[in-house]
Amino acid sequence: MSEQRETPQGPVTSPLWEVFVRPRRGLSHTHVGSLHAPDAELALRNARDLYTRRQEGVSIWVVPAGAITASSPDEKDAFFDPAADKVYRHPTFYEVPDGVAHL
Amino acid sequence: MYGNDFAPQEDAPGGGLLGQVEAAETALREAAARSRAGATLPGDDPAAYFAEVIDADHKIEPRDWMPDAYRRTLVRQIAQHAHSEIIGMQPEGNWISRAPSLKRKAILLAKVQDEAGHGLYLYAAAETLGVSRDELVELLLDGRQKYSSIFNYPTLTWADVGAIGWLVDGAAIVNQVPLCRCSYGPYARAMIRVCKEESFHQRQGYEILHTLAHGTPAQRAMAQDALDRWWYPSLAMFGPPDGDSTHSAQSMAWKIKRFSNDELRQRFVDMCVRQAEILGLTIPDPDLRWNETRQAYDFTQPDYDELMRVIKGEGPCNRQRMEHRRRAHADGAWVREAATAYAVKQRAGAQRERVAA
Repeated sequence: MSEQRETPQGPVTSPLWEVFVRPRRGLSHTHVGSLHAPDAELALRNARDLYTRRQEGVSIWVVPAGAITASSPDEKDAFFDPAADKVYRHPTFYEVPDGVAHL
Repeated sequence: MYGNDFAPQEDAPGGGLLGQVEAAETALREAAARSRAGATLPGDDPAAYFAEVIDADHKIEPRDWMPDAYRRTLVRQIAQHAHSEIIGMQPEGNWISRAPSLKRKAILLAKVQDEAGHGLYLYAAAETLGVSRDELVELLLDGRQKYSSIFNYPTLTWADVGAIGWLVDGAAIVNQVPLCRCSYGPYARAMIRVCKEESFHQRQGYEILHTLAHGTPAQRAMAQDALDRWWYPSLAMFGPPDGDSTHSAQSMAWKIKRFSNDELRQRFVDMCVRQAEILGLTIPDPDLRWNETRQAYDFTQPDYDELMRVIKGEGPCNRQRMEHRRRAHADGAWVREAATAYAVKQRAGAQRERVAA
């Protein structure tokens, strides 16, 4: 695990924020992009202008980019391995006798 | 919200650009879902892994290993693309206060706002490659990075705003739609957003010219004059001919570019001819004619010496555009400082409250 971006984000005057928008009630917030803003309030307002000009969303989250820790692509296989070798976690693993309904 | 849906445009050769954007978006999702057969582990040999991802039409993401030259090329291309969006606000911004009706003015304001947004999407995409936006803005202000040659031409009449929408944004779309399939994920995704909005710009420009071309003789003449002045600079937007294009071959191999400059230019000409006919305007090229064997239009190439002069800073408005951008940056310094000071104060206040609680 390391920082998402290796180089410094430039002067702290206007840090980078990651923007998540929820398009409609019932759907989840999706990452839509990033922007620079001096504080969270301005980040939110700029995100409103930038990412929801055409009714793309009803809710916005902004997160300082520095607060995000990302998994590394190098470790991908080892890191996500447990999901692959425990096939019994998937419903398709189990055999259902012919003729059984609603199962 | 505004404007008409010009159906004929969709039927024109090379039309249905929005459809192509949708297709690119679908392809992107499918590529993400598809697993690569016999994939090597990224740790083993990063160069082989990179080549394999490119071959399989998957996307390279910010944290993946990539050749330094690939990173540099992308930084240059995406940054200059972003600069173009920002500088491109000036020629049209020139007409906001003089737009002929409130409706046209509102549309133009929305469009210029979109251009600012496109600049920001693109700067954000460039930043995933490890440069900061402030550095890139410095490079622009120092004249060490370029922006599109087209924005060094003046907007002399209201019809120019229409010509920019139809021709300049039209050329941009032809250029950008293939970039929706570019091998670098953040750039491809930014281009999908940009292209969807850009198509509104192209149509609003076309509508302006359509209205003028069907108006009074004076309005019609104004529309024709705008087409006469913007046609060749728009053709030059696709860059030098394939033989002289320095970055093309490598960019195509890396799947950053999907088509050559000349291919895209041809595609643009082919779709403009019919659109100009519907406008009732004449493309200022006496040698423009259909070539039955090539199934494409023959046309006069733009003046590439002029293109090189404009790129080198000797176009009609280069100095004015850069001066304006530098002045806005310098004059805005105290506002940026005030915002930073306020943010620091707010953070300190929030911290005190947390300590007190």
